Amino acid sequence: MATDFNFLAGGEAGQGIQSVGAILAKSLSYGGYHIFADQDYESRVRGGHNFFRVRVCDREVLALSENLDILIALNRETIDLHKDELKPGGVIIHDREQTEFADDCTTCMDVPLNRLAMEAAQNKLMTNTVAVGATIRLTGYDFALLEAVLKKEFAKAGDKIVADNIQAARAGFDFARQHTNGQKLKPIDGAPRRMLLNGNESLSVGALAGGCKFVAGYPMTPSSSILEYIADKSLRYNVVMVHVEDEIAAINMAVGAGYAGARSMVATSGGGFALMVEGLALAGMTETPVVIVLGQRPGPATGLPTRTEQGELWFALHAGHGEFPRAVLAPATVAEAFPIAIKAFNLAEKYQTPVLILTDHHLASSYNTVPRFDLKQVKIERGALLSDEEVIKSTDYKRYQVTDSGISPRALPGQGKVLVVSDSDEHDEAGHIIENAATRIRLDEKRLRKLKGLQTEISAPLVKKMPKAELNLIGWGSSYGAIREAIELLQKEGIAANHVHLSEIWPFPTEAVTRALNNKAKSIVIESNATAQMASLIRRETGIKVSGNILRYDGRPISPKYIIDHLKKEVS
Amino acid sequence: MVTLQEYAQSMPIAWCPGCGNFGILQAFRKAMVALNLEPHQILMVSGIGQAPKLPHYTHGNVLNGLHGRAIPEAAGAKITNPELTVIVIDGDGGAYGEGLNHTLAAMRRNIRMTYMVHNNQVYGLTKGQTSPTSDLGFVTKTTPLGASQPLNPLALALASDVSFLARSFAGDIEHLSKILQMAITHRGFALVDILQPCVSFNHKNTFQWYRERVYRLDEDKSYDPTNKAMAFAKAQEWGDHIPIGLIYKHERPVYEEQFPALKELPLVKQKLDPLQFEALLDEFM
Repeated sequence: MATDFNFLAGGEAGQGIQSVGAILAKSLSYGGYHIFADQDYESRVRGGHNFFRVRVCDREVLALSENLDILIALNRETIDLHKDELKPGGVIIHDREQTEFADDCTTCMDVPLNRLAMEAAQNKLMTNTVAVGATIRLTGYDFALLEAVLKKEFAKAGDKIVADNIQAARAGFDFARQHTNGQKLKPIDGAPRRMLLNGNESLSVGALAGGCKFVAGYPMTPSSSILEYIADKSLRYNVVMVHVEDEIAAINMAVGAGYAGARSMVATSGGGFALMVEGLALAGMTETPVVIVLGQRPGPATGLPTRTEQGELWFALHAGHGEFPRAVLAPATVAEAFPIAIKAFNLAEKYQTPVLILTDHHLASSYNTVPRFDLKQVKIERGALLSDEEVIKSTDYKRYQVTDSGISPRALPGQGKVLVVSDSDEHDEAGHIIENAATRIRLDEKRLRKLKGLQTEISAPLVKKMPKAELNLIGWGSSYGAIREAIELLQKEGIAANHVHLSEIWPFPTEAVTRALNNKAKSIVIESNATAQMASLIRRETGIKVSGNILRYDGRPISPKYIIDHLKKEVS
Repeated sequence: MVTLQEYAQSMPIAWCPGCGNFGILQAFRKAMVALNLEPHQILMVSGIGQAPKLPHYTHGNVLNGLHGRAIPEAAGAKITNPELTVIVIDGDGGAYGEGLNHTLAAMRRNIRMTYMVHNNQVYGLTKGQTSPTSDLGFVTKTTPLGASQPLNPLALALASDVSFLARSFAGDIEHLSKILQMAITHRGFALVDILQPCVSFNHKNTFQWYRERVYRLDEDKSYDPTNKAMAFAKAQEWGDHIPIGLIYKHERPVYEEQFPALKELPLVKQKLDPLQFEALLDEFM
């Protein structure tokens, strides 16, 4: 029987729910399990209802599940909201003194979390660690693995905090000994150690490995953690992160850095990107490489700030005044955010143009186990950047020399004696402002010619075919895991479906998508928005009108169950 | 030695005949020659307006960016390559209107660059509308009821603890050239507010009007440009007497020098090495 075990830790903001989930997830990954963990929280620092779901499997898992085995309730609200998600035999771990939940509950485990935290560590804040200890015992898991995680995670806070946390966890573990009912999760012998990280961490490491030297940003959910990660690493690695006065400054600084030769990046969400749009066009006009991470959340305006949506596909494709080439990439999984980030920097420099990475809150904040990244495979491609020797030999250098590919040899200011002149006005090959119609046409066409080369760089969508498929399920970005799992569930019900998934969206892979959908199966696009943006993009680019859509725009992530439930409605 | 010839450009100039920008351009070239800077050593960053066309009329590296955004564009370039001498050329619209937030942030941060603000108290490129520094009541096509209270850029700069603040006059090329040399050699952010007559749209603040009013601070032996209280008092002077010269200067840490990443080499000269990040992967294991 395959292992598919689900925890949900819930409570108020400030109770350390994130910490419970992260420590639990990491402890279980140490035992060789695959993990998918997602977070749900409100736009507040204290109070409200937050939860962290951890799904534990003995095979690769890329999506969440709503069916719980253990509910760790640090407050009453968590029980009221989630008890119906428990599987038969599921258990609620709570502190009855706190929750006052006294229903005739045969599956509850009442753990005096506060009292144990005070006894073990004289610290009420460690209630959450007590809960993790109890949970580990309840599943029959190995305490030593939890201890190893606590040592690693709290190392920076000092020996006392580490020791107190271990004490608190041990208190919960020992208390739960009397309740334990068998070993449900035992460490898997010989399983490889994997990385456990979230989408933003994967993307940030990808950016650093991909040569990112300069980041500018203004905090905005869900992208703030990228800025914080890079800022932290800037103390030890050669990268600069500037917390700027606004997103307008962020994009313009990144353009300045890109012009001067640093691989540069900004990370924001829809509202911040809206402010960056003029700067995006500047990058297009001045042919400056820059990478823009747009972590989507539900809009319009401030929308649901801490939730997820894929409502900015059109915005990413069309933002910016005037016409200029761009690439839009949308990683499908935590693992893929790493290579996509590297590719973004390479494309930006090869084509001297902005590249957008379109993620969303769900991908940004969900944790997944992935095989350790292979840094030896990382290729840095700087395109037509001139070497110092080439610059020295260069006479009459022109930054915007017209070429067949549209890509001009790129020198950097201060590199040798050439002068690098860039202008947001229409300009001649030398970069100087012009009004002349013929020059405008030549330079405009030169810039747009770069799209042809860029098109060849875009990977075809992932296509997974099934014999006698009745359905083509089409998705993009973070819904990949949910769709893949939904297809497996459908298969068990005797319904065969193909999976077509785009993680590189622009320039649109028209031929490959047309080929993938050229069959008799019914095409359904699954996306987290209300207006079926990918469905209309497919129609615009291929002429294919899909038969239906499964959309979600309540700010919650698409799950396999959500797809199956809605597919039944769509098909019936 | 660098000569004026290296800063001459044959490109036709689009400014109005008699524009204050001509004097500023001359002073700029003289300052570069006096500092013995070669064109490839300098980066001129400008926004949009009449003043920001200046980089096209001389020689150097140029990033002619967006209206009001020259400062962040320059900051990104400067942090990437601190070896470049960065000079930002802007008008009062870009510096004190559209881009004021960036101007304030740059002064607070103290990024090493020189900010030349051609302050003609009117929007020239868009043909004569009011600017943030237009005199109270200045009637233009967009302000038929007259302009509101003008912004005082010098007081604002002092409030932001700018580390170098000066004012000069487009009609006094020698003075402006000297001030620019001081600004460029200053270790930190230098704001140079340049009084610039607009011959087409500002018929009040003319060359003649300024000549009758400006006086040189360096001729007043009692003035101490390291004294912030005195500087604040000078920043309030406007009308019959207008001070020009070094208003305020003090040394404080330079923003880009704090970054560990810049301690050895400019970012642009660093090798891109993916393998150095193995330890980051360990943190997720």
